[in-house]
Amino acid sequence: MKYVDEFRDGERARGLAAALRQEAQPGRHYRLMEFCGGHTHAVFRYGIPDLLPDNIELVHGPGCPVCVLPTGRLDMAMRLVLDHPEVILASYGDMLRVPGSERRSLLQARADGADVRMVYSISDALELARTNPQRQVVFFGIGFETTTPPTALGILEARRSALDNFSVFCNHVLTPAAMQAILNVDPASEESVEIDGFIGPSHVSVVIGSDSYAFCAGQYHKPVVIAGFEPLDVLQSILMLVRQLNEGRAEIENQYTRAVTSQGNAKAQQVVQEVFTLRPTFEWRGLGQIPTSALAISDDYAIFDAEKRFAMRYVPAAGTKGCECPAVLRGAKKPIDCKLFATACSPESPLGSCMVSDEGACAAYFTYGRFREDALQRQSQQRAAVKARRQA
Amino acid sequence: MNQVDKSFQAGRRQTRKLDLEHGRVEMNHGAGGRAMADLIDLLFRQAFDNPLLNQANDQACFEVAAGRMVLTTDSFVISPLFFPGGNIGSLAVHGTVNDLAMGGAQPLYLTAGFILEEGFPLKDLARIVDAMAEAAREAGVLIVTGDTKVVERGKGDGVFINTAGVGRVLDGVTVSGDLAQVGDKVLVSGTIGDHGVAIMSQRKGLQFATALQSDSASLNALVAHMADAAGGGLRVLRDPTRGGLAATLNEIAAQSSVGVRLLESALPVRSEVRGACELLGLDPLNVANEGKLIAIVAADQAQQILAAMQRDPNGTAAAIIGEVIEDPMHLVRMVTAIGGERVIDWLHGEQLPRIC
Repeated sequence: MKYVDEFRDGERARGLAAALRQEAQPGRHYRLMEFCGGHTHAVFRYGIPDLLPDNIELVHGPGCPVCVLPTGRLDMAMRLVLDHPEVILASYGDMLRVPGSERRSLLQARADGADVRMVYSISDALELARTNPQRQVVFFGIGFETTTPPTALGILEARRSALDNFSVFCNHVLTPAAMQAILNVDPASEESVEIDGFIGPSHVSVVIGSDSYAFCAGQYHKPVVIAGFEPLDVLQSILMLVRQLNEGRAEIENQYTRAVTSQGNAKAQQVVQEVFTLRPTFEWRGLGQIPTSALAISDDYAIFDAEKRFAMRYVPAAGTKGCECPAVLRGAKKPIDCKLFATACSPESPLGSCMVSDEGACAAYFTYGRFREDALQRQSQQRAAVKARRQA
Repeated sequence: MNQVDKSFQAGRRQTRKLDLEHGRVEMNHGAGGRAMADLIDLLFRQAFDNPLLNQANDQACFEVAAGRMVLTTDSFVISPLFFPGGNIGSLAVHGTVNDLAMGGAQPLYLTAGFILEEGFPLKDLARIVDAMAEAAREAGVLIVTGDTKVVERGKGDGVFINTAGVGRVLDGVTVSGDLAQVGDKVLVSGTIGDHGVAIMSQRKGLQFATALQSDSASLNALVAHMADAAGGGLRVLRDPTRGGLAATLNEIAAQSSVGVRLLESALPVRSEVRGACELLGLDPLNVANEGKLIAIVAADQAQQILAAMQRDPNGTAAAIIGEVIEDPMHLVRMVTAIGGERVIDWLHGEQLPRIC
């Protein structure tokens, strides 16, 4: 398959792995955060940890839209469909399986009679609105800068065709703000995560451009290498980060030059600016309230804002008790550090959002990596503990 | 029913009122009266024509061969009903024939149960029935008894078909999901994911253009060739339908209390399938097949069996894709193209495209 096979070539991968083993300095520990859940997925899907020396550790970041949406926002969607029988809620598939308060998901709400539909894109939601003029169609908009432009175009299309039974429940969030929040944690605090550099997002960077991460290098002296999603992209980016760190550099480098420019996609940025406005603050699962980290629908397009149309109100809610998703999303814990991992929580019956989405670190560990030694050790300890408790 | 029975015993085809060009399924086609007799007579019996069926009894009566028999049943509720490379009718034959073949059996007889939705075009039903008849002929199996019910409009999805089948186990063959042994080789009979991607390309909301055809086919001849080559070396046969290769190998690993290690570089996957899966965020290992089998065979007879498979038209792209290993967790894992390793898991929930 052209343009894909070149980036999954075994021989080149072995070459990069050899270079990493040679260049990673033995006395040094490299902690690199892949911000994006797409990278976490790729890391485990291709077995990249098997090619890395022990002193290069990948820390999984919060770049999974389903994962970072706080329970309170999901509860808003749940109340919307339960309180308004006229509403058809159109959502991407993953969002439907995340447990909200009382461990109930939108799929369960659907089984109870709520009208929740899985869609592949906002165009499907617009089509639903056209074909159901008597109903109110609400699109559950989530995602980072990658999915925001399509939502903006959907709203523009709704205005053009005067679709007054269509609105968007907007939960779009911003990558640089989240990176800054991670870097801002006081190193003395328990929540702090030591990170030496970032593997930067690929698709997000196509939209916002590599210049958007300048603050990482400038303000925080952390190198960023924007990386493609293919395994060779990831390996090469890790090598580029190791080289920067070895040479004491902190720069924004672009490995994914076949798609990312310094300025990004001006047209996409322009439609986003037209339709959305910055929220003063927004809650993230795991990262708490982050100022100017999310978008709301601007006043000019307020009639398409489901939060206004249905007077939806945000009530903060706690996640599942014992679930370590918040710490996993900060990079402070690994999925296997959670006592629910692979015991009470699995992709079949997820208790936390990170076990739902393919891009969630817990799902990636479970689906692709659970034969790994550390996971096994942890699991056997947990099993022993459960057994001991039962015996007691 | 008497009149119908007589007409068949006499081998005559009476022309009755059944407008196969413009007609639609009506409630009375399932009501047990003349209309139902017409439907059975002019559509089903004409197509499936064989002496056992033509006896027109409510059951088929036949001699039992010596040896072990295999019995299976499967229901088909596919959407869309027509897809590149087949339709629900051919699928209903292939599916049950293959379930018998995966028991190491030569299929003998099938039954066919139809649940039709009121209003369904008879023209489409005829296409489905003709495809069933052709698939049965190709597989050398007879459809010997059947049933027809009609449900009100809105209570079905056009056509549902159930087929059951009986077959006789080939001499010298003993296969079962719990017989895989450490050291055995894992073989697949051809490219994976073709059927699932061909279906998805036609599904509403996902439509994309592809020249890909479903691989739907009967595999009993392939199994017979494998048994001829080294029947004693066959341990497990299974067709990786729903859930794909991943689900099937996980089932076998659990049943046999072993692990499986695959080599990604050895997996036959068409580039169209890889491309479509890439686009939709799917894994070809989870995508359904309808004309492929997985064989777990004794290592010392693997080459012989592989050669026999490759000589069959349904096995030209057969390959050895991995081996059975010892693993207390009974996991299926794969050495990736870049040399890493990962688990090949069951699919969790529905196969949903990723969102970004």
